[in-house]
Amino acid sequence: YGRNSRMIDVQTKMAGRALELLCLPEGQPCYLLDIGCGSGLSGDYLSDEGHYWVGIDISPAMLDAALDRDTEGDLLLGDMGQGIPFKPGSFDGCISISAIQWLCNANKKSDIPAKRLYCFFSSLYSVLVRGARAVLQLYPENSEQLELITTQATKAGFTGGVVVDFPNSAKAKKFYLCLFSGPSTFLPKALNESNDEEETRESEFTSERIPYRMARRGLVRK
Amino acid sequence: MKPLPHNLPSPHVRGVGPRGFPLRLQATEVRINPVEFNPDFVARMIPKVEWAALLEAADTLHLVEVPKGPIEGYEHDEKFLRQMHHVLLEVDVLEGTLQCPESGRLFPISRGIPNMLLSDEETET
Repeated sequence: YGRNSRMIDVQTKMAGRALELLCLPEGQPCYLLDIGCGSGLSGDYLSDEGHYWVGIDISPAMLDAALDRDTEGDLLLGDMGQGIPFKPGSFDGCISISAIQWLCNANKKSDIPAKRLYCFFSSLYSVLVRGARAVLQLYPENSEQLELITTQATKAGFTGGVVVDFPNSAKAKKFYLCLFSGPSTFLPKALNESNDEEETRESEFTSERIPYRMARRGLVRK
Repeated sequence: MKPLPHNLPSPHVRGVGPRGFPLRLQATEVRINPVEFNPDFVARMIPKVEWAALLEAADTLHLVEVPKGPIEGYEHDEKFLRQMHHVLLEVDVLEGTLQCPESGRLFPISRGIPNMLLSDEETET
């Protein structure tokens, strides 16, 4: 997985975009969480940008690969559906690349996806510094799955929404769940084909673009 | 695993309160890695440090020159920040355990990676 160069390139690009969406203060090294860090491809990007990070992954084999690659972050073997095992207010931000959709799978009969999702999001909310963001890139199977995920994130106290980059391209389309643990701020603009690689310009709103805010109305707090 | 994250873990184990407790660190193998000193980052981590847990870990790891607590004007005190930088970022526990002081539950650390996976009984609410 880690040796395929195109795969590495895609993962690194997504890490870069996630970090961009995190909107961290410029020039300030931060303490970040990487959920589903795998062999450390995204973590390497964080290190290159001068940040310190902790990575969590459920796969011992992937973490071993991360060790072999000499990643600079601290690694933890853990299941995100069991909660993020840190003190409140530990992290300045969180990214995740291609991981959280796995919370929707029931690996054991006893797994209830909604419960695992809620456990994940509520503990994530807690371990973030007040006002910090989490940017989670994911591959939702369908809109029901995406709604299940965003509902649990909202129940956990997050505001935010989903940014869909390149919504018209089957190959390039990417979903980023952008969560804010403080007061609601604007949702970052998504990318589309007319954007320059280096700079973001004003993007046209077309009927295909679907950034949607998460509505809190009608939700009864657990 | 470096003391900075250790200073922070508190697993969501049934029976332990929502705030959790700092886990007790025991080490059988430790490695010192030089890490570039960044005073701004270290200064920002100081308010997050759980001093009792850190001092206990420092004692266990036989570290010397560990500050006992934040001092007045620490943000600009290079000596203090360098000492904290060393203990928080340059000490790596390769083999050891993290122990929950309330339940006694042990989380093993192997090749520097703590295993925080919980059993089914532990995750039941």
